[in-house]
Amino acid sequence: MWGRVWALIVKELLSVWRDKKSRFVLIVPPLIQLAVFSYAATYDVTDVTVALFNQDQGLASRELVARIQGAPTFARLQVVDDEAALAAAIDRRDAMMGLRIPQDFSRRLESGQGATVQVILDGRRSNSAQIAAGYLTTIVISHNAAIAAQASQPVGPTLVTRVWFNPNLESLWVVVPGLVGVLTQVVALVVTGLSVARERELGTFEQLLVTPLRPWEILVGKTAPGMLIGLVEGSIIIAASQIWFHVPLTGSVALLYGALAVFLLCTIGVGLFISALASTQQQAIMGAFFFMVPTMILSGFATPVQNMPDWMQTLTLVNPVRHILVVLWGVFLKDMPAALVWHSVWPMAVLAAVTLTGAAWLFRRRMY
Amino acid sequence: MDALVRLDDVRKSFGATRAVDGVCASVPVGRVTGLVGADGAGKTTLLRLMAGLLAPDGGTVSASDALGYMPQRFGLYEDLTVAENLSLYADLRGLAPAEQGDTFARLLSFSGLAGFETRLAGKLSGGMKQKLGLACALVATPRLLLLDEPSVGVDPVSRRELWRMVHELADQGVAVVWSTAYLDEAERCHSVLLLDQGRLIYDGPPKDLTQRMRGRSFAVRGIMDRRVVQAAARRHVGVADALIQGAAVRLVLAEGAAVPAAAELGAPQAVVEPVAPRFEDAFIALLDRHGGPVPALPEIVHHPRPRGGAVVEARDLVRRFGDFTAVDHVGFDVAPGEIFGLLGPNGAGKSTTFRMLCGLMEPSSGVARVAGIDLASAAPEAKQRLGYMSQKFSLYPDLSVRQNLDFFAGVYGLSGARRKAVCGAMLDVFALGPMADTNAGQLPLGFKQRLALAAAILHGPDILFLDEPTSGVDPLVRREFWGHINTLAGDGVAVLVTTHFLDEAEYCDRIGIVYRGRLIAVGSPEEIKASARNPEQPDPTLEDAFIALVEACDREERS
Amino acid sequence: MIRLRRLWALVRKEMVQIVRDPSSIVIALVLPVVLLLLFGYGVSLDARHVAVAVVVPEPTQRTASLVTAFANSPYFEVEELRDRRPAEDGLVSGRYRGVVVVADDFDAQASRGLDAPIQVLLDGTDANTARLVKGYAEGVWAKWLGYEARDRGAALAVPVNAETRVWFNEALESRNFLVPGLIAINMTLVGTILTALVVAREWERGTMEAMIATPVGRLELLAGKVIPYFVLGMGGMALSVAIALILFQVPMRGSFWVLTVVSALFLVGALNLGLLISTVAKNQFVAGQIAIVAAFLPAFMLSGFVFEPSSMPLWIEALSHIVAARYFVTCLQTIFMAGDVWSVILPNAGALLLIALVLALVTLKRTRKSLE
Repeated sequence: MWGRVWALIVKELLSVWRDKKSRFVLIVPPLIQLAVFSYAATYDVTDVTVALFNQDQGLASRELVARIQGAPTFARLQVVDDEAALAAAIDRRDAMMGLRIPQDFSRRLESGQGATVQVILDGRRSNSAQIAAGYLTTIVISHNAAIAAQASQPVGPTLVTRVWFNPNLESLWVVVPGLVGVLTQVVALVVTGLSVARERELGTFEQLLVTPLRPWEILVGKTAPGMLIGLVEGSIIIAASQIWFHVPLTGSVALLYGALAVFLLCTIGVGLFISALASTQQQAIMGAFFFMVPTMILSGFATPVQNMPDWMQTLTLVNPVRHILVVLWGVFLKDMPAALVWHSVWPMAVLAAVTLTGAAWLFRRRMY
Repeated sequence: MDALVRLDDVRKSFGATRAVDGVCASVPVGRVTGLVGADGAGKTTLLRLMAGLLAPDGGTVSASDALGYMPQRFGLYEDLTVAENLSLYADLRGLAPAEQGDTFARLLSFSGLAGFETRLAGKLSGGMKQKLGLACALVATPRLLLLDEPSVGVDPVSRRELWRMVHELADQGVAVVWSTAYLDEAERCHSVLLLDQGRLIYDGPPKDLTQRMRGRSFAVRGIMDRRVVQAAARRHVGVADALIQGAAVRLVLAEGAAVPAAAELGAPQAVVEPVAPRFEDAFIALLDRHGGPVPALPEIVHHPRPRGGAVVEARDLVRRFGDFTAVDHVGFDVAPGEIFGLLGPNGAGKSTTFRMLCGLMEPSSGVARVAGIDLASAAPEAKQRLGYMSQKFSLYPDLSVRQNLDFFAGVYGLSGARRKAVCGAMLDVFALGPMADTNAGQLPLGFKQRLALAAAILHGPDILFLDEPTSGVDPLVRREFWGHINTLAGDGVAVLVTTHFLDEAEYCDRIGIVYRGRLIAVGSPEEIKASARNPEQPDPTLEDAFIALVEACDREERS
Repeated sequence: MIRLRRLWALVRKEMVQIVRDPSSIVIALVLPVVLLLLFGYGVSLDARHVAVAVVVPEPTQRTASLVTAFANSPYFEVEELRDRRPAEDGLVSGRYRGVVVVADDFDAQASRGLDAPIQVLLDGTDANTARLVKGYAEGVWAKWLGYEARDRGAALAVPVNAETRVWFNEALESRNFLVPGLIAINMTLVGTILTALVVAREWERGTMEAMIATPVGRLELLAGKVIPYFVLGMGGMALSVAIALILFQVPMRGSFWVLTVVSALFLVGALNLGLLISTVAKNQFVAGQIAIVAAFLPAFMLSGFVFEPSSMPLWIEALSHIVAARYFVTCLQTIFMAGDVWSVILPNAGALLLIALVLALVTLKRTRKSLE
């Protein structure tokens, strides 16, 4: 009996590997995605152009400007001479941010009154603009501290910000562990989702059904390769994260693999479900696509789950990718303890039980 | 004579394969020219070269511009209606709107599609699609009509109609090129271009080629066991071909060979009579690629089975799809050592019957038993004892030959040394050794078919299910294939086969004709033929009998 | 050389097929709506009601006013704790996205005018939120300092004050710029997949072979595909714009005719890209794969719809210049949020036109009237 299942598993692996098309699907898109996502999926804001309209001739304004110019984020300062040019620079998207220093700036500062500078942000890029504005605020705050120190005025309580787990806010550290989940999902889904559909198209599925293989043996034979290939793909990305991207891996690798295996079971269940329903590879790919896009969008990979409307946050509880991402970021960056990992693993285990039983049930019904 | 196509030393290669290799020929007006050859002989490529869809690598092709072309899958838009398809091609081919009405009316009545104008092309039967495809190719009254395997998947009745239409066109002065792998069709052409591996090996009227075979075709009649006689004849020096045909065995002698005596064929009481040669005889003689003796099948496959009783039982089988009854109370038995053929037009229910018997589909009612085991209750036990070969090549194209055999041996529970021995023997018997590491998908069709058979029998089944096993392969491979089947039947293996080829049905011990979900006739080929005998047709072929039975059934339905 | 009757016959055929086989309609009209709804609700960069723990070991009046300052901010959802430990654990588990900690002797130190640090701990696994939260926290802190000074009757201790104004998007709704970007991505997917799949289908079903055997010219063949799917694609576009305006309340400050022209230019390019893909991939499976990798992925990642190309490594930024969606996203964000700013629209529309033309020429060149 295990001999039969073993023969099936060997065959599955061989046919995935020897088929040019599926080998391509397994290797090229994940690599492209790894490269593109790792480098392009960045919320970093660098190289910001600031349009500067300085109406003040005084020393104080020049000091502030020099401080801004010294910050690495604000690489380019575009000096304009009037209000209209400032507006045009923003309209044309030449500058993401405008800074207007009023005429009385130096005078008011010297006289000890507070002075106000005006910051204009391009709302068409409000996220980046806000972050850039945040950098500017930080500069202004330290400028103020310097002024206060010079005047030896008492300072109030200061604000000290410390970022845990990812002190330099490297996008790579966040994106690459996330990709472990996202890309293994793609691969496992495609492998299992296409396997039965491909056999149906080739006519080999009938050939399988007339052999003494029992339905559950076929099911196991179809599950194992997805799991195996998913784990290999995951390991490759984990290896890349260490060797190439140098992302810290603070937690337990065993926990990581355990959670990944449960996650893959979930995904494979869905893949088998799609497989059982689809009669052509085309339909299977469509099915996989329609499952993959929402699970990725609503996982927290691109934008945080907490930013979604409440009803949608509830909906994401049935999204396995959401749970695995918590584990991945936790184990990679936060040295997450087993108890907390378990919090995310059990929902995936429940989902896996549901998708696998559903697939087995559908598989029996759609066998012929 | 006026020629509409001239081919001068035409060559075309795809990678390393020479699809068309130095063909010189011409196609005359007012004739039906058959483009004949086995699958992969280069027919489609040559036709596409004539249609200007491909450019030749060498040589010249000159063909009339006024051409109509029907590709293998007819080129119909399945979600357009009959009328919409016609008017699309009319507009594309520049038929003036004023003429369209008359032309459509003429074409629709010519093709027998009048009354179906608003039906979607996808909802037409195979034969009707074929006729619509032809009508679309004819819409701008071409002088040259190129038809790529128009009779594939068309039942014998529609096939006859199609031939009638084509001959009518030729009589009106159209030059028709009809490509086909069926050798009986070649005889209906005025002239034949016979292709083999891209080369033109014969150009002329089919009769001339057949005439060369005069005095070399014989029938051995009055025999007890056809398969014994066939096997003996095969071994006999001087016999180029031995073929079962109903109750008789047909012999084709090698050039200059003496007629074998009945006793030499293991049937002393039999009579050896000369018969009229067929095109196929000539084809076999021309392509004589006989190799050495074929090694015997390994013992696990080739061993005597117990006789007696029925090993395949269909009892009152019914299968419904919604309101539609695909199989309507069909019942028959197959005994060990018997070859039972299921015949019928597409969609008649023969595949559905077949699928229920090998456990691929559950019957709505009735019982399907294999080896005495009800498929509904203990399928795996029954399946261990059956072998199955489907009409589509259904092995894993990306696995090598050896990996395919290994896999099937594995799922049938063979392991270790036994698996190795069986797979090795299969490679030898089916001459697959040199290709053991080639991907199955890249094998030539004949080898694919051998591999499929090898995979279906390597576990030594007692019952063999063959679904249109030889469609598309050339007559040589078909003969080899039936040689193995006959050996197995001789061992007591029960064989259930569906087929389109009526001459293949002649190899069966009994045949059942399925039409509109019912089994309308069961009997030996001779009995079926006898049932159609009447004063007009004193010696009906199986095709005549088939058509007569189907028409009688239609008449009954109507009244 | 285009014969109008032949072209019309092709267009009519395609239209009938679109009506009879709903898969094209699903791709053109249903897919963008579903994606837009999904992304519109699911993708948001607005960090509101961020869960934050404020750890106050010894509550006093001063700490109470600090907690209130955080609680009053629309950005924070505050939980006050006495212990540092659970707060830090909450940061690990993801329960809190930030923790504000003051020392035991915070009040004493602050009263004496000494430096009493307020520590803010942020979760770096969500870099974007961390950056935003940092900015929000600084804002709350600055405001609180002001109140404190006023309450104690002291002069405002802050010399320079930055007053921020956001143009085009006063409420800082990320949806306002994300939704126009999404429309661009949807139209990339729709336009490319439509033609790629439809032509691949003709190859698969063998109708392309019959078509090539007729006197139809390749320009007619291509135009016969582009015209009907252009109409369908513009339908999908109109639907997307309607959803953006009505459901997501995105402002529309530009004019509709500019929107129409720019969308038309972009769609023609996308349809041609699909045709180009189908000259390479003659079956729907491969065509679909390539369409996703060659059209969807670049549009999503490199168009500037969420990720700023200027912040990417140089080689990726350079790559983004050949992505049509980048110009389209820029146009759409400007038309919706800023208005008909010609200095933005003209160069970007020009780029779209250029891309469409190049793609059309390449496709025409690659489409041979033969089977090879």
